Amino acid sequence: MSTFSTDLGLDGLKAETDTLFRRKRLLNFGLPAVIAVYLIYVFFSFDVPGLWQRASMENARTLVADSYSYKTHVTRDNRSGEVKIAIEGERKGSYPAGEGPDWVSIGETTIVDLGDGHIVTFGAEEVSYDVPGYGLISATPGRRGVQAVFPEGVIPDWISASKNRVAITTDAGRFTITRNRAEVFRYFTGWELFWFTLDSPYYGVGPGALMGLAFSGEAGEIWSDFWNNPMWRHRDVAWAIFETILMAFLGTIGGAIIALPLAFMAARNFTPFAALRFTARRFFDFLRGVDALIWTIVLARAFGPGPLTGALAILVTDTGTFGKIFSEALENVDKTQIEGVQSTGANAVQRYRFGVIPQITPVLLSQLLYFLESNTRSATIIGAITGGGIGLMLTQAIITQKDWEEVAYYIVLIILMVIFMDWFSGWLRRRLIRGDEGGH
Amino acid sequence: MADLSVGASSLADVREDYVALTRRKRIYSGILLVIFIALFSAGWQTADDRNAGNFRDGFTNVFDYPAEVLGEAAQKLDQLPAHLVNFFPALIETINIAGAATLIGTLFGTLFALLSTRGLALWPSLIPVFRRIMDICRAIPEIVIALVLIFVLGGGPVPAMIAIAIHTTGALGKLFSEVSENVSLKPVEGLHSVGASWSQRMYLGVIPQVGPNFVSYALLRFEINIRASAILGFVGAGGIGYELRNSMSWGQGRYDEAAAIFVLLFLTIVVVDQVSSRLRERLTHGVSA
Repeated sequence: MSTFSTDLGLDGLKAETDTLFRRKRLLNFGLPAVIAVYLIYVFFSFDVPGLWQRASMENARTLVADSYSYKTHVTRDNRSGEVKIAIEGERKGSYPAGEGPDWVSIGETTIVDLGDGHIVTFGAEEVSYDVPGYGLISATPGRRGVQAVFPEGVIPDWISASKNRVAITTDAGRFTITRNRAEVFRYFTGWELFWFTLDSPYYGVGPGALMGLAFSGEAGEIWSDFWNNPMWRHRDVAWAIFETILMAFLGTIGGAIIALPLAFMAARNFTPFAALRFTARRFFDFLRGVDALIWTIVLARAFGPGPLTGALAILVTDTGTFGKIFSEALENVDKTQIEGVQSTGANAVQRYRFGVIPQITPVLLSQLLYFLESNTRSATIIGAITGGGIGLMLTQAIITQKDWEEVAYYIVLIILMVIFMDWFSGWLRRRLIRGDEGGH
Repeated sequence: MADLSVGASSLADVREDYVALTRRKRIYSGILLVIFIALFSAGWQTADDRNAGNFRDGFTNVFDYPAEVLGEAAQKLDQLPAHLVNFFPALIETINIAGAATLIGTLFGTLFALLSTRGLALWPSLIPVFRRIMDICRAIPEIVIALVLIFVLGGGPVPAMIAIAIHTTGALGKLFSEVSENVSLKPVEGLHSVGASWSQRMYLGVIPQVGPNFVSYALLRFEINIRASAILGFVGAGGIGYELRNSMSWGQGRYDEAAAIFVLLFLTIVVVDQVSSRLRERLTHGVSA
């Protein structure tokens, strides 16, 4: 095919090819081997086998089940005989005294229908649970503990019984009885009370009827009941999302505004003084090197928790990054355009305005918008540290370790927020940069 | 010079039109600028109002905390080397989290990128599926996954590593698929004609073409991931961030430890940035040469 002018003989060529192949083979097998060795080292240094034992599958199960379902607690105080019904056992979700959902009938003896034939009865003294296919379990709480009577045979493993506590977990629900109280959980799918809490008159009203009410002049009350929902806190969540986006917006734009003049100082073709250039560059390196985490901590000490701290932390870090990117863009500016503007008798300001800025605008804008999107994510993380925005709400909800449906809700909102910002910045970039090309 | 023959309009008309156009354009940009400035200052105002402390009071105190920390560290300067040695394992853990997460993210990112690139995909009809998976991986902030995994797996480096790896997969996958869209298909077709399987075609036909670019992006990601892994440590995922939070919560009297961690973190980030930017320079210039 092609001739190689080489003075190597056939053997020489062969030897050379062999070396080449050997090197290739070494790279092909050596590199994956090095990576594999490193991953194995990390595997043991992170103690992954031990982690597997420490991992709590129970937690995982609660998390998953709780994120799409809720439970209603029916609790009887064994001393006073008083029955309370509350969604998720929270005071914000309690039914008014003497009222309950239709599967609970409150009276002298309270009957809780768990569905599929599972019936729990809270009598005056005795509490019983009728499990279909197993039999009736009855228990009497007293001063000396819980006396429980089970059907004949071995007690199955879904019942845990001790002197002071009996717990029964079935597919229909969960039943616990201690000396002081008897409690039944019934599980339902969905996010209960998402729209209205029980104390709102609009609870349980269908969407059609709600529209009708809204048109007949109750729109304000309906909105206020929804907006101030104490369980899901829609107003606070909306503010938190707004704060997070605000942090990203202020930090990104502010950083760019500060970085632009400094970038001129750091660019070789605009600043002839090496010392000034060096100072500006080291300043950018310093801002970037200290890192958002440390800036956040330092600024949080001065300004306290909140969106201002987050915005400033993003601003400071991004000033460093933008300074570097902008100064590189400035160094790549085409000189002829500036000279052209100068030849028409433009002064320095006009030279920058018409000769330089139009050239770097596309780079500047696209970086700005790209950072706007990525800073929305950073703002979530910084918010979790400094205490502002949706990041804080998420960490709080996770720390309580029980409102996993709220965690799921916040996660969905965060993902939607980031996807929206991604789409929005992409849309703006396409519009602005295309418009820019048309304009000049 | 040339006769543009714009109807009966004289030079004066054209000039007037042009001036009017320019003026209108200037007015529009002026209005936009005013709106922008109003939004921007209103934004700062809102942020200031909703913050615990306000800007004017806090501004003078910005350097109080660093001064306090550095002052205390300067007093106990003789203990600094001991602290640096002490916290070095934690630093290694942070770097390992970032390193392992970058490697795993690169591997999965490559896989997803190849599966979602037109012309290279193994199942062309599933391209949108893989694209959406990458979008979602990219959209979830690391802290979300990390916090949830800490609840399930307990504190430690693994939740942080998984969280960063997932985000890296999404971020690199997107960049990688942009690179591999420009790949020459000739080697792939050549390999196909001799009966190479999909994985062989990718490994032998595509990866050599895109390798330097992939490595360059992965290095850039490694820089970002070091910072992310330090931050995740701060919320309980081990490494230097965790130590930083502990030493900070001790408060005064232990600021020398915090200062040592600041120094370690700063040096690590600067060194990694420098080394990786050198390497990237060499890689990309090697490609263009």
